[in-house]
Amino acid sequence: MSSRSNKSLICISCPIGCHLTVEYDKDNLREENIKISGNKCSRGITYGREEVLAPKRTVTATVSIASEIQRRLPVKTTKHIDKVLIFELLDNLYSLKVKPPVNIGERLIENFKGTGVDVVATMKLDR
Amino acid sequence: MREAVFDTVVVGGGAAGLAASKIIAERGYRVALVERENRLGGILNQCIHNGFGLHYFKEELTGPEYAQRFIETTAGTPNIEVFLETTVMDVKTSRADNNNSGKGSTNSPGTKEVFCYSSRYGVLKIITKTIVLAMGSRERNRGNIGIPGTRPAGIFTAGLAQRFVNIEGYSPGENVVIIGSGDIGLIMARRMTLIGARVLAVIEIQPYPSGLTRNIVQCLRDFDIPLHLSHIVSRIYGRDRVEAVDVTPVRNGKPEMEETFKIKCDTLLLSVGLVPENELSKKFGVKINPETGGAVVDAHMMTSVDGVFSCGNVLHIHDLVDYVSEESIAAASFACDYMEERGKWPAAEQFPTVASSNIKYVIPNSYDPEINNRFFFRPMIVKNNAKLCIRMENEDKEQKTLLEKRLLHVQPSEMVSVNIKSERIKEFLRDGEENRLVFSIQ
Repeated sequence: MSSRSNKSLICISCPIGCHLTVEYDKDNLREENIKISGNKCSRGITYGREEVLAPKRTVTATVSIASEIQRRLPVKTTKHIDKVLIFELLDNLYSLKVKPPVNIGERLIENFKGTGVDVVATMKLDR
Repeated sequence: MREAVFDTVVVGGGAAGLAASKIIAERGYRVALVERENRLGGILNQCIHNGFGLHYFKEELTGPEYAQRFIETTAGTPNIEVFLETTVMDVKTSRADNNNSGKGSTNSPGTKEVFCYSSRYGVLKIITKTIVLAMGSRERNRGNIGIPGTRPAGIFTAGLAQRFVNIEGYSPGENVVIIGSGDIGLIMARRMTLIGARVLAVIEIQPYPSGLTRNIVQCLRDFDIPLHLSHIVSRIYGRDRVEAVDVTPVRNGKPEMEETFKIKCDTLLLSVGLVPENELSKKFGVKINPETGGAVVDAHMMTSVDGVFSCGNVLHIHDLVDYVSEESIAAASFACDYMEERGKWPAAEQFPTVASSNIKYVIPNSYDPEINNRFFFRPMIVKNNAKLCIRMENEDKEQKTLLEKRLLHVQPSEMVSVNIKSERIKEFLRDGEENRLVFSIQ
């Protein structure tokens, strides 16, 4: 016997915030078994699947920088990262100390814990 | 006093001012971009979270990245001169300018004098044909919502706290209560959590959240932060520093004092709305719309003062920066048209737009039948599958429906836009009548 489950989610892929219904089989959690409705674009499908299998988020934060302009350098993950890894990632970021110049997209952490996710600077600070 | 001559002065170098400057310079006019801070980008510099640019750049960017795209084009344009750390103090216009009735200007518009000061240039007078107001907005604060109690340290507006955390590198506190579920408040709930503070509650007076739904999910639910809808903070405790707040449920607009509970905290963040920053505009006679706190603008985004345009949060509060860019580009294009056809512009008569059932305001305040008009409006209700109705109304009260449209989901925190083509409007236009365009949502 398979047990179908329902979950109501709000897609966070963009500001529209589609109300999704995700239907899945608890005992047989496979991507192709997860049915999603209520989405206006394909990102809703990816989001709905991920939320059931392993929720992921893009993380934005700041790291210390010895700049004349400001004391924190904003950064982001290049891809979504598993929610459970967020605080470990932050600990890593908070121990960094960056020196200018730094450009947008400059890599500060590469392939965090083998996830394939990098952390890059999101602001250009020349001095 | 130093003097300079430009075709346009853009006041404010944030999202709106950057987009406007870019367009005007591309059309071949010389722009003075005046910014109070020591760099361009405005509030985007402190909005380090992502979600910007999905409409405009078709990709997801953080605030600083979004700003940088515009800053780069600005820096590469010889037609733009940027005045940093420079504040516009006053604007002098000729008398003839102060009567843009939206009915077509017959006066030859005079030049304007923009008075600025900065430590670098001293007092600077810029002589210009047009002005684009792009000053953005300010945060509402404790005084605006009148919370009783003591006046200790530890009470910040959410945007100020955001600046402390993201730019200055200070944490405002450890145990945080947030008043108001506006987007900045929600973003700050997550931000404070990520820097190691505990966010104990978000308190919202309305029965629905005032921020975007996605922010409720990714900023509150992700971190199990409680959201108390229909609640207010009824008292603040603490002598030197905030020690606790009283939280009271509200039913039918009445606080139920006997159900009050106390939350111990050391920090209170206020996210209770933004107000367009129009001190300068008011000073030189720009008419203000009481519903938006921004200027009254005609179909070409021109204010009541001839040759002065307004866009971005100084015109009305936007929820997405993408719309700010879009609106500013429109306003800037109209400013260029104005300069091209000086004296005989605009050619066509304009007619009023009216916000009716369940709509707080419609921007712009009039429309031009000769152009394709784009309208922005803010719903006052939360509803799924709502119906937008736009009618043409005249003296005899006979209303003709110009457009009906299903809206999947409306809520006050999400602005709605709609385009109406010139041909469609002309079908309904009647000679010598008021031709009011009435917007409603059912």
